[in-house]
This record gives sequence, C-alpha cells and structure tokens, in this order.
Amino acid sequence: MSLSINDVYKVARLARLGMTEQEAQTAHAQLLNIFGLIAEMQAVDTTGIAPMPHAQDITQRLRKDVVTEPNQRELFQAAAPQIKNGLYLVPQVIE
Amino acid sequence: MQWEIVIGLEVHAQLSTSSKIFSGASTAFGAEPNTQACAVDLALPGVLPVLNRGAVERAVRFGLAVGAHIAPRSVFSRKNYFYPDLPKGYQISQFDLPIIGQGSLTIQVPTTTAGQTYKKIVRLTRAHLEEDAGKSLHEDFHGMTGIDLNRAGTPLLEIVSEPDMRSAAEAVSYAKMLHTLVRWIGICDGNMQEGSFRCDANVSVRRPGAELGTRREIKNLNSFRFLQQAIEYEAQWQIDTLENGGTIHQATVLFDSDKGETRAMRSKEDAHDYRYFPDPDLLPLAIDNEWIEQVRNTLPELPLSKQTRYVADLGLSVYDADTLTSSREMADFFEATLNEATNEAKLCANWLMGDVSASLNREDRDITQCPITPQQLGGMLKRISDGTISNSAAKEVFKVLWSEGGNPDTIIETKGLKQMSDVGAMEAMVNEIITANPAQVAEYRSGKEKVFGYFVGLAMKASKGKANPAQMNEILKRKLAG
Repeated sequence: MSLSINDVYKVARLARLGMTEQEAQTAHAQLLNIFGLIAEMQAVDTTGIAPMPHAQDITQRLRKDVVTEPNQRELFQAAAPQIKNGLYLVPQVIE
Repeated sequence: MQWEIVIGLEVHAQLSTSSKIFSGASTAFGAEPNTQACAVDLALPGVLPVLNRGAVERAVRFGLAVGAHIAPRSVFSRKNYFYPDLPKGYQISQFDLPIIGQGSLTIQVPTTTAGQTYKKIVRLTRAHLEEDAGKSLHEDFHGMTGIDLNRAGTPLLEIVSEPDMRSAAEAVSYAKMLHTLVRWIGICDGNMQEGSFRCDANVSVRRPGAELGTRREIKNLNSFRFLQQAIEYEAQWQIDTLENGGTIHQATVLFDSDKGETRAMRSKEDAHDYRYFPDPDLLPLAIDNEWIEQVRNTLPELPLSKQTRYVADLGLSVYDADTLTSSREMADFFEATLNEATNEAKLCANWLMGDVSASLNREDRDITQCPITPQQLGGMLKRISDGTISNSAAKEVFKVLWSEGGNPDTIIETKGLKQMSDVGAMEAMVNEIITANPAQVAEYRSGKEKVFGYFVGLAMKASKGKANPAQMNEILKRKLAG
C-alpha cells in the first residue's frame, strides 16, 4: 500500500484541514511510516481469527429507555458565539 | 422497444423511544429549539454515547416481523461528514455489520382494475440502527443559518430493500406496507408530516433482461403521493435522456413537489467519501437468543398472517383482507365486530369498508376515533343477518348510532324499523292491492311484466317500507299469477 501526496491533500480536504506544501510533505512522510507499520502487521498470519471492531473483547452495555436529561439550553448556549430564538446561528450553509 | 424501471427504497423509520439512541434526552416532537439537546447530542468534550435498549429492541421486533436474521453481534461505525447540524462531525451508524440482515416483505399491488391486486415479495437487504441529525433553518437570519439540535440523536432504523420494484405503484405499495408494519409492531408512529417515516428512492431504467442501469437517488420523500410522482417523473426523464442519446450519471436528486420534477443537487466530488470506521466509543452490540425469543413472544399476529387467515378461513377477497389489515386498529375493529355478528365476515367487511370508512373520512377521523363501537356495529349487523331489519333500515340505525349512540336493538324498536315477516299480514296487503287495481292486474296477466314494479312499489308503501323485500316479491308473484 502506498500513499501519494495527492492522497494527503484529499484527506486533508475531507477533514477540513488547510495545509501548506511543507506541512503536507511532513504529514506524507509520517503517514508513510504508519503505513509501513500496517504493512508489517499485515504480514502476520491471521487465518481463522475474527476481526475485532474494538480493542477490548467485551460487548456494549445498554441503558434503559428513560429520559434523564433536563433542559439545560441556557447553560449550553452560554458558550455559543451567536444564538437567536433558541437556535445556534452559524454561517449560512445552503448551497 | 420497452424500458423496465428498477426501484429500490431506503426508508428511515424514527423509532418510538422516549429517549435518544445514545443519550437520555427526550425525543418528544415539537419542543422549543434546543431544549432537548443534551451534552451528548451537542458533542461537548468528554461525553460518551450509551446505547438505548429500547432502540435495539425495536430493531429486533422489526427483524422478526420481516423474517430476517438478527445479528448476534453488530457494530456501530462513524460516518464522517461536515455539516452544522451534525455536531460531532460524524453520524453514528452501522456499516458492514448491521443489526438486521436479509428479510422480505409481501405486498399487494393494485392493478388498473378497481379492487384487483397482485402479490409480490420484495427482498430486504438489511436494516441498521443510526442516529438522526439536527435541523437547519435557512430563513430569517440575515445570512446566517439557525440550528436546532432537538432531533440530533433521535434513533432511526434505516431499512434497505433490494432493487425489486418495477413500477411506482409497486414502490408505493411497498412503502405503504412497511408503514403499516412499523406501526403495527409499535416501533414507529409513522407520522410522515413530522418526518418519522421518510423514503429515499433509487431509480434506474434498463432494457428488460439487460444489466442494471445507472441509478439516481431521490432523497427525502415524505408522502406516498410524492414518492409516486417523483419516481414517475424521474423514470421518464431517464428514458427520455437515454432515447435522445444521452447517458445517466449517478447522482442524488431532490423532488420539487411544487413543480413536480426531480433536480440534481449540486454535489461535490468528495460528498460520498464518508470514511466509515468502527466507533471506538461503542463496543459491539450483542443480542442473545433469549432476548430474541422474549421479543418474539410479545409480537402481535402480523398483517400477512391475518390477510391469509381472512381469505382462507373467512372467505374474504384478497382486496378486502388487504384493506382490513391496513392498520392493526382496523383489523382489531373488524375482528371485534365479527365477534358480535358471528359468521358474517363479508357483511362486517362491507360495512367497515363502506359506511364506516366513508363516515370516518367525511369527519376526518381514523378508526380509533370511531363513535360507534364494534359491539354496536356487530349488534346491528346481527339484526341484518337474522332478518330483523333490512339493509336500508340498517342505514337508519347506523345514522342514529353514529350521532347519538345507543343500543341497536333499542333503536330498531323505538324507530319501528323491524322488517315485517308476518306472511299472513303481507298476503292481506297484497289481496287488498289486487282488488284495488283491477286494470293493472289485467295488464300484468296479459303479459306486461313491467307492471310488476308498480305492485312492488304499492306493497312496500303499504308495509311502510318494512316488508322483507324477497318475501314480499314472492307473495306478489304468487298472487298475481292468479
């Protein structure tokens, strides 16, 4: 598996990260190292071993379907840059 | 040459839990903006999702109802994209290991002949649990967008079908059946105006027998009428495009219900690169057989089973059986009515689908708001069946039951609606009529059979409309023959 500099730009764009060419080069080198590590692990024979979706081999605990959270809008909105009529305001996103 | 339309549907059913899928905030509809958005829904730092047992149980109910495999172990994944109504920057969904595997749904599709349907089995690919996003409000904020996160974190079951439907009518029948089923098993309120049941339609066209064509996905159809219109428009657009030498490009389109047309959304090239990966905040979901069996034991008899029983055991038509199982409340009403008027399934069906439905429609009510109880209706139908009242007298009784209530037998008594079946009295009336109308009798006896209607009119008038018509006709014929 190899990673091109264009892949780095693409992933950065998807993650909404602005990168200078210098930063992209650095990230590229670092990511290639990680890919190297992955390649090493891929070499291990895992025949017959089920993939784990989580590092711990335990299962999800469930909660009862009851409402436990009170309305704390004022508290939460105190941290918002702009609010109106109870709504959070953000720069317009409609296309 | 013909074209074949190929349709697959993705339906988002909002699960009827009290709290959200990963937090303890309320899911009640219509609250003031952001009053039901807690720290988890807002993705504040340090919070963790905890899965709602009620959402899982509803998914299992659905899986059992469509005969699907319930995964003993399923996994939640992150679907990554940026939008202000998605505070975490990802939606928690399921990707390669969904909770519900393949199943199927049997539908009845109406034909162009009224009252006629054909049966079709639509395969379900999968159903998975996920959270809903918040709402963006684009008006009135001077270049800003308002965000309400009350809906963020509401549990959804996304139900994906195979591309098995071949017409808009089939797609609508499927969506309606699914809509009936999720309400029937009590996992979703089905309120389409409030967005509790939303359809996306994947539409493509091809020459019969050819490979599948390129599909376009129509998003967010929130009524059966729009679903029908959007598919018909889209399929015709694709056929026209191909016949004019064009090609179809995969795209997401929106249906403009005012103009009745579909329109491609401007899409960025990376729009569908969601970079799914297992959510490290959530462990795999385990469902054991014991739980599945517990859920199975609480399932009501399903619509398909009732339909089959109504046709095989009660002798109803497929169309009647389909209509009577359009909701669990309707089927319960029908069965309770039949419980009163035993062995009169067809009569019960006719009245429920006829006078009762028409009266409900007129007053914009549903069957749960019917002013007449099944016991009252059945009690009245019993009197038609044993010959106490005629069909037209029953309509009188029905009117009184509807507007004033009461006991059908008492109404029949006080309104004097009992059918006359005293043969002696009827014969006496006929004798009198014959004596009083010698000219017409002579006409009839000379072969003018049309005059018979005249005698029927006189006889019914003489009995004040209470004579049993079949009996009266028989007496008239006998006496007039001389």
